[in-house]
Amino acid sequence: MQQVFTKAMARNIFIGGAGFFLIIYLLLTYDTFQQIPVRDHASNMTPSVLRGKYLFDTNDCIGCHTVNGEGAYFAPELGNVYKRRGPDFIKAWIRSQPTGVPGRRQMPNFNFNDEQLNDISAYLQWLSNIDTNNWPPNIEG
Amino acid sequence: MNYQSQRVAKPYFIAALGLFVGQIVFGLIAGLQYLYGTFLFPAIPFDVVHMSHTNLLIVWLLMAFMGAAYFIVPEEAQTELYSPKLALITFWVFLSAGAVTILSYLLVPYAKLAAMTGNAVLPTMGRGYLEQPLPIKVGIVLVALSLLFNVTMTLIKGRKTSINFILVGSLWGLALLFLPAFYFPHDTVKASYGWWWVVHGWVEGDWELILGALLGFILIKMTGVDREIIEKWIYIIVAMTLISGLVGIGHHYYFTGAPAYWLWIGSIFSALEPIPFMLLIAFSFKTLLQRRREHPNKAAMLWAMGTPIMAFLGAGLWGFIITLAPVQYYIHGTNFTAAHGHLAFYGAYAMIALSIISYAMPLLRGRTANSMLAQRWEMTGFWVMALSMIAMTLALTGAGIVTTFLQRAAEVPQGFMQVQDKSRIFFWIREFAGVSFFIGLLIYLRSFFFTGEYEYSTEVKQALSK
Repeated sequence: MQQVFTKAMARNIFIGGAGFFLIIYLLLTYDTFQQIPVRDHASNMTPSVLRGKYLFDTNDCIGCHTVNGEGAYFAPELGNVYKRRGPDFIKAWIRSQPTGVPGRRQMPNFNFNDEQLNDISAYLQWLSNIDTNNWPPNIEG
Repeated sequence: MNYQSQRVAKPYFIAALGLFVGQIVFGLIAGLQYLYGTFLFPAIPFDVVHMSHTNLLIVWLLMAFMGAAYFIVPEEAQTELYSPKLALITFWVFLSAGAVTILSYLLVPYAKLAAMTGNAVLPTMGRGYLEQPLPIKVGIVLVALSLLFNVTMTLIKGRKTSINFILVGSLWGLALLFLPAFYFPHDTVKASYGWWWVVHGWVEGDWELILGALLGFILIKMTGVDREIIEKWIYIIVAMTLISGLVGIGHHYYFTGAPAYWLWIGSIFSALEPIPFMLLIAFSFKTLLQRRREHPNKAAMLWAMGTPIMAFLGAGLWGFIITLAPVQYYIHGTNFTAAHGHLAFYGAYAMIALSIISYAMPLLRGRTANSMLAQRWEMTGFWVMALSMIAMTLALTGAGIVTTFLQRAAEVPQGFMQVQDKSRIFFWIREFAGVSFFIGLLIYLRSFFFTGEYEYSTEVKQALSK
């Protein structure tokens, strides 16, 4: 058996298998990138949405929250928070942090002004319209 | 140890263990904040603790992998390292970059850190594991280039073994797969898709090659089994890793905005991802049974045999449970994923790092193996850490199940914090398991402070007197 199946054959399976599936993956990626802008309505990414996204990233929101299930599991899902809570609640909530309730999980106050809050709300609205194959299963995220 | 230049591995291993301690401390703080949200707030908010915990994990594992490379590549190539001096300079650069990163997280608000470091010019910050400011990311690339130059030149001038090809090749892969950290498009869906090139590419692809090379090296050295047989096994294992794992990346694309065909492709191929871990178990135990010598470093052998089993449980079994699309629909983004992440990172990568440290450190300190007293402390540390990590995994799994049934699959779904409150018992178990893990780590570290080496005559005498 050891003579029949040599190390060189094992190496060739490794190189051939890796190469074959890498090509398959690249082709699928090309197709996916054609479809993404349609599925997430990329044309709706207004300057306000982009500003909101920048604030979202540079304040490390996914350090506690998830977006479409990705991030940390310390705080609620934000991919659909716009549909769950609506813009007014979201802005008021961010403004009123931290709650300071003893023992409760705390969110920092980021000192956003009204325009920045509108931008973040616009980004969350854009996020909530991505076609995520019907995830999450319900509005609670 | 046959070559003087292998000594540069020593500071890498020591720093890796120091950073490991830091990672666990932040883990304990994060676990406590799950229970007492006001703990250390607002001085260190949860996200800062979280990124310190995960970044220290990555840095200490990379430290250990680099140390392993500087130790193994010269030995396999049967020649001195191309430039030990460069390796030492690189060590200090990498260690300082790591320290600066963690301190900047702790001392500067994240948004200010982004503003200070040119994030507006080329945005890269605000993604899991890749939170580092731009200059640090550039520094990581330079450190990687220095490592690659050094080990590749060593490989070129020396003997070319399959272990060395796989190890050096996977280090190239590790560096290349970090480059998507600089690709952060506005489109959140594309950004998430590309983020997985780094994260999945490392932990479910390239790092498994590093794991295979390291385990292969350790077993060649410790069992005396024919290199040809071991290297053939490793090629088959890493072949299965990439055949299943390359397209298996699709299990991250189910619900993030990518097309629906990933539900099928991701499910089918990621279901195959446990296979290389099963092969790893078969390979290591078959090799153990066919050993031609009894190596006195029993502790290193315990690590080397424990790694495939724990890696299979964490990456293989826990990964499989959550990977099929219809299941992940309800489990995605719950603590079930955190359970899988903890056991997989520890079982596969922390344990292979501790395996190579266990094998190499006695040699670097001029001993074939540590005294049996030191080894008993080390093996006690092994068991306490392994069992604690399993307990932590079960606790997080419990929390994940609570979320799945009360928030996701419930007829009347409850809100996030309501459900979190009902998971408190599991968060308590997780925290106790974390403390127990930390105790295990201290027991393990204690083993390094015994002098003296393994003495055959004493051990034989003791064995006969029983």
